[in-house]
Amino acid sequence: MRYIEPHGHMVSRTTDDYQAMALAGCAAICEPAFWAGFDRKSADGFYDYFCQLTQIEPKRAAKYGLPHYSWLCINPKESEDMALAADVLALIPEFLKAPTVLGIGEIGLNKNTRNEMKVLEQHIGLAVKYDQMILVHTPHLEDKRKGTRLIMDCLKANGVVKPERVIIDHVEEHTIHEVLDQGFWAGITLYPESKSTPVRAVDMIESVSAQRVWLNSACDWGHSDPLSVPKAAQEMRRRGHSAAAIDRLVYGNPVKFLSQSPRFKDPAAQA
Amino acid sequence: MSTPQPHPGAPARTREQVADLHFMDARYKLLDLAAFLDRLDRAAGGDDHRVRGLRAALPLLLEKDEGRVARILTLWSDPSVAPIEKADTKAASGVWPGLK
Repeated sequence: MRYIEPHGHMVSRTTDDYQAMALAGCAAICEPAFWAGFDRKSADGFYDYFCQLTQIEPKRAAKYGLPHYSWLCINPKESEDMALAADVLALIPEFLKAPTVLGIGEIGLNKNTRNEMKVLEQHIGLAVKYDQMILVHTPHLEDKRKGTRLIMDCLKANGVVKPERVIIDHVEEHTIHEVLDQGFWAGITLYPESKSTPVRAVDMIESVSAQRVWLNSACDWGHSDPLSVPKAAQEMRRRGHSAAAIDRLVYGNPVKFLSQSPRFKDPAAQA
Repeated sequence: MSTPQPHPGAPARTREQVADLHFMDARYKLLDLAAFLDRLDRAAGGDDHRVRGLRAALPLLLEKDEGRVARILTLWSDPSVAPIEKADTKAASGVWPGLK
């Protein structure tokens, strides 16, 4: 089996996880910028983090034969500080020149505040200005439904963003249909507890036209599983899905979305 | 029990096959939930909003129509539509605190 991990926070993982993912069939990893578990005090911290994402992590992944790509932003959890957000946004254009950067992400909302909305609008503007794809983080738990709707309204209000170049991640049963109905891609994030389990993800896959859906593990510094995408594939096999249908979901779909960036190379075409 | 409504993306399967695959998983999760409620009973104090939300969701499990997960997630969701001025926490609790 082959698969793409389209959203994994590998800076939080050990090299053992790279090894396990490669052994499980992972063919490429994409890493959006995210919250480190604490608020960084200055843009310098983000400068170092963006260097890590664009220079260090691709080298670590390459030791296991894995291409590594990244997305850049200031996470919504740190967007309440508008001055810090402005400083970080000013850094991003320089890093967009790096050959493995695919776009702006994971941007979005956390607690659905006015400042988070303003910084989201600024990120969307940056993506439009530099013709970048967008990877969206939707809020957690009770804030997800409202935040997902606010984010989609914000994207549509921009007037230029093409929905097919935006993936709205962390959808669940109460948001996936709206996201797909509005023309966006939908990401199902697999966590042991807090988002979707592999079993629920397969239920969702069976309930929608899955042509614009990907699965990802996020695999961050919290309770998470870097092998959850192949585990979801295994659940599909148990239920009788064909090998072609599984391959389309865990490999073909992410390749189709990500290939909208000329920087992403289909690993199969490189073999 | 409702009339089967297979999804277009799902291979055909019988309820017995579904039970063969997933019954034990559902069984232990239900027992874990029962144990959690017992544990709460043995503890001091009243229910907080998260536990009230959990109890409010239990009747939805017994509804006949499909879509129980979405209905529970919606029940626990913030129903407001406008951005808030400022948050007093970064974290979400799992159930909207205003749920009655």
